[in-house]
Amino acid sequence: MIEIHNIHKTFGDKKVLDGISGVFETGKTNLLLGASGTGKSVLLKCIVGLIKPDLGSVTFDGTYFTNNKLDIRQEIRRKIGMLFQSSALFDSMTVEENVMFPLKMLAKMPKDERLDRVNFCLKRVGLENANKKMPSELSGGMKKRVGIARAIAPDCTYLFCDEPNSGLDPLTALKIDGLIKEITEEYNITTIVVTHDMNSVIEIGDKIMFLYEGKKLWEGTRDNILDSDVPELNEFIFANRLMRDAKKVEEGEA
Amino acid sequence: MLQHFGKYLLFMTSLFTRTESPRILFNRTIDEAILIGINSIFIVAIVSTFIGAVTCVQVSYNLNNAFIPRSTIGFMVREMTILELAPTITSIVLAGKVGSSIAGGLGTMQITEQVDALEVMGINSASYLVLPKLIAALLVFPLLVILAMFLSIAGGYVAGTVTNALTAQEYITGIRGDFVPYNITFALIKSFVFAFLISSISSFRGYYTSGGALEVGAASTTAVTNSVIAVLIADFVCAQLLL
Repeated sequence: MIEIHNIHKTFGDKKVLDGISGVFETGKTNLLLGASGTGKSVLLKCIVGLIKPDLGSVTFDGTYFTNNKLDIRQEIRRKIGMLFQSSALFDSMTVEENVMFPLKMLAKMPKDERLDRVNFCLKRVGLENANKKMPSELSGGMKKRVGIARAIAPDCTYLFCDEPNSGLDPLTALKIDGLIKEITEEYNITTIVVTHDMNSVIEIGDKIMFLYEGKKLWEGTRDNILDSDVPELNEFIFANRLMRDAKKVEEGEA
Repeated sequence: MLQHFGKYLLFMTSLFTRTESPRILFNRTIDEAILIGINSIFIVAIVSTFIGAVTCVQVSYNLNNAFIPRSTIGFMVREMTILELAPTITSIVLAGKVGSSIAGGLGTMQITEQVDALEVMGINSASYLVLPKLIAALLVFPLLVILAMFLSIAGGYVAGTVTNALTAQEYITGIRGDFVPYNITFALIKSFVFAFLISSISSFRGYYTSGGALEVGAASTTAVTNSVIAVLIADFVCAQLLL
């Protein structure tokens, strides 16, 4: 479980995060939802420690992370897997080397075991025969899969995904969403996904936090998001004609 | 300016905190030495050979005097090569080739979040990425400068004899006369200093790139410009202090 308390962040005179608190539960896919520029990615980076918040704290399963001793933060970081928006694969390395990298750097295991683990992770994301491919030879969806394989390779406890569907076609996006949800439930890890994709919300949103102009405006699940009475959230959800039609149908049935 | 210098000093300090294991550092340094060294041999060879040749021809043109022995041309080519041309010109060439490559590579890693990926794994990205480049440059630059010295003097020999500016015997007499071994030491000290400046400044510029492809290009250009200026200033300071 990850808890955040009163997170504030300002860049220059622009307040990006304004006192955000919340709990992200283990075994669930927690979504940070919001339009572009509302501070979702900044909040995610504050949680994993890539950006230092001006104020506030983050705890991982009760262990204080922000401003804690370096070795404690390092210990927590070794349990973190992250899928970046751009996949962030090391482009001088093959797929196999990319997935093996965290094992080589962080886990003390023999080379054979490392290779077994890499093959297992690649199989888990459906990329059995891509070991020797370079990132430049992969499609967007394949890169995301390799990113997920690299994130779960060292047995992570916390999985962070920054817009995992960006740049993907709807079908591939659904597959990536499904993979994230399956992995979260299978390994009982705490997953936080940054998204502005309503398909992801409907598919995998076990718990959703809606951000607007750096503030948390709403929190709930995919089951009650369509019934929210927050105008900013409704404007965001029903910007899509498909969602408006779905709402009409739902109201008609009611 | 002062703010940048302070940031540069903090960056240099960060290279030596939370370093990776010696085995990883060694392997990464070897990789970087190949990238920086082996891949630069061709350009260093071409530049230094022609610089030696041109120096010989131009000195010969200026020393067209019956009272000055022709062997002086060989002497002057050797002195200019060892003291200035080999270390400084080689370093300026390497600032363009290696410096832009370091800054561009790190800048691209930064904007594609590869640096963030390292940090999330708990790896000190500055130390992991930059320290091997710095050590590799310190190891490889002096070797390239020694190669440049040899080829430049050889280039002078070929140019001098082919153009009949002087005979082979005169050239060899010239390059062997009044030799001061300390000049070699001085040139190697300079090459160490230049290696440090070029690799650290380029890494600093690349590491702190933000934005997109345009900024990566700008970082590479700035890295080369700053490195060349630093090399020229350091060249003057070394000459004042060590000669």
